[in-house]
Amino acid sequence: MTDLLIIAGRAVLSWAFVVGLVPLLIWFERKGSAFIQDRTGPNRAAILGVRLGGIVHNFADVLKLMTKEQITPATVNRVFYNAAPMVGMTVSLLTIAVVPLADTLVLGARAIPLQVTTINAGILYLLAITSFSVYSIILAGWASNNKFAFLGGLRASAQMISYELSMGLAIVGILMAFGTLDLNEIARAQGGRLLGVLPRWGVFLQPVGFLLFLIAAFAETNRNPFDLPEGESEIIGYHVEYSSMKFALFFMAEYANMIVSAAITATLFFGGWQVPYLSTADLIRHAGTLVPVSFGVLAAAALGGIVLSRRYARMLRRLYTDARAREADVYGAALALLLLVSASGLLFVRELPSWGPPAFAALAQFGALLAKVLFFTFLFVWVRWTLPRFRYDQLMNLGWKGMIPIALANIVVTAVVLLVVGGGR
Amino acid sequence: MNAVPPAAPGPGAVPAPPAPPAPAAPRARPAPLPTGKRIPKPASRSLVRSIYLVEIAKGLFTTARHLVRNVFHQSRMPTLAYPEIRRRLGERFRGRHRLMKREDGTPKCVACMCCETACPADCISILAGEHPDPAIEKFPVRFDLNIMRCVFCGLCVEACPVDAIRMDTGKYELAAERRDLLIYDLDTLLNR
Repeated sequence: MTDLLIIAGRAVLSWAFVVGLVPLLIWFERKGSAFIQDRTGPNRAAILGVRLGGIVHNFADVLKLMTKEQITPATVNRVFYNAAPMVGMTVSLLTIAVVPLADTLVLGARAIPLQVTTINAGILYLLAITSFSVYSIILAGWASNNKFAFLGGLRASAQMISYELSMGLAIVGILMAFGTLDLNEIARAQGGRLLGVLPRWGVFLQPVGFLLFLIAAFAETNRNPFDLPEGESEIIGYHVEYSSMKFALFFMAEYANMIVSAAITATLFFGGWQVPYLSTADLIRHAGTLVPVSFGVLAAAALGGIVLSRRYARMLRRLYTDARAREADVYGAALALLLLVSASGLLFVRELPSWGPPAFAALAQFGALLAKVLFFTFLFVWVRWTLPRFRYDQLMNLGWKGMIPIALANIVVTAVVLLVVGGGR
Repeated sequence: MNAVPPAAPGPGAVPAPPAPPAPAAPRARPAPLPTGKRIPKPASRSLVRSIYLVEIAKGLFTTARHLVRNVFHQSRMPTLAYPEIRRRLGERFRGRHRLMKREDGTPKCVACMCCETACPADCISILAGEHPDPAIEKFPVRFDLNIMRCVFCGLCVEACPVDAIRMDTGKYELAAERRDLLIYDLDTLLNR
């Protein structure tokens, strides 16, 4: 029974990781694009005056999309038309299953891997499942019975298949360096140090592989500069004929794909859940000192936040007379609660229970992964609002004449270096 | 159908075969422009540029600079929180029109039709009536101004010989829920 509960808990954890980050990412996108373009971005929707810097707009949008009319054009192929958004979302949620959110949690005699499934061919699973994501777009493009949607689907099929090749080849370098297909093993292998100072991350072992993988990941998630399937300024893209929540599902799938891609990039090239310079054993051994330190850092951050929120409150009171004038007080109260909790943790937690150190290690590692994932998702947004879209021939040239030869050369060079140095396994 | 067949010599004549292609000229560099200047080779041919990565990093740096500046100096952004905070209008801002009154409250307008004639959008229509005061001659029985057609050029104001129409109300939020509310009558223009 407990085993079943733990399995369910693992699944829910991974699912919540992706789905919970989607609204945050949409907020990143809207607010980030606004600030990059010298605009203010969403700042109106509020719950009792609390706007959370525009995050509340997401809830308003969800409400709107849920209550909108679903228009199904008369000439669509109904089965595939309805299946396409579901396939997209399902595939992007399936991919996270093999990504470890932290090192295996050892509680007493029980070892809980913090990923949905621990198959030892994790990378193959990843490549296999991500290949499916193109079906969602092709099905949508074809079943919509619309020429623009069809163009989008066509572009997607050619693009994603081309870039899947270089993605697979880019990963081969990592496989050779770490000698395993298990993502948790790969993350664990990135623990030590390189040349004494750098963490032994994949990006330092495989810089070219990282660049190739990153570019391919942009192409696989259909993000700018590779967003030709959508291409909203020329063809509206594969989802022209979709409305309401089905349309939203495509967008959620895109963002979920970004999160999963970021998580995989972090796992393969940036140590995954590894806290730099601190292995799992270190974290567990030094938990006695690290726990108070992190409580202290939290308390200091909360204190700083309170000071900032007071400044913000003064500004708001100058600007507004309605509920928004008191918005910063709500943040201040939340931060004060955090300060209270962390300060009491700092003062009263003297010795940790037996489950404390491993749980702390898992939490710290999850935090490290989260930070890396947030950085890479932000990179997706950042690049989107910096670069223009590729032309179709440029896209194909880059994929076939640029990236694949470089990826192949990277494999050869890696092999030679491994042979000479005798690294890897 | 731009291929006009040559004048046929007689009925049943076969159309002339297409002209043989011009002999292939040897590929030469394009002649220099008449000014004698040559267009410089685009700099993007260089290796570093054609790899793009450096250029992408530069672009990312530019956008990041904007992002950071706007996050930390939100008050310096040009956007205003519009309904609460409004931009200060210029002194000569041309807003919605108004008609001026005499001291006794009747419209100053003498229905001379100058504004109606001057209006390039043809949005003013005046119906003149005879004024009881013989010194004034005419007054507007109706004065309709279709704000949906108005282009806010201000020519009506310039044309008015008696300073009866002005655009100095500073009103620019002119939306209404019905079209007929956007055709202002004499009362609206005088009193609102």
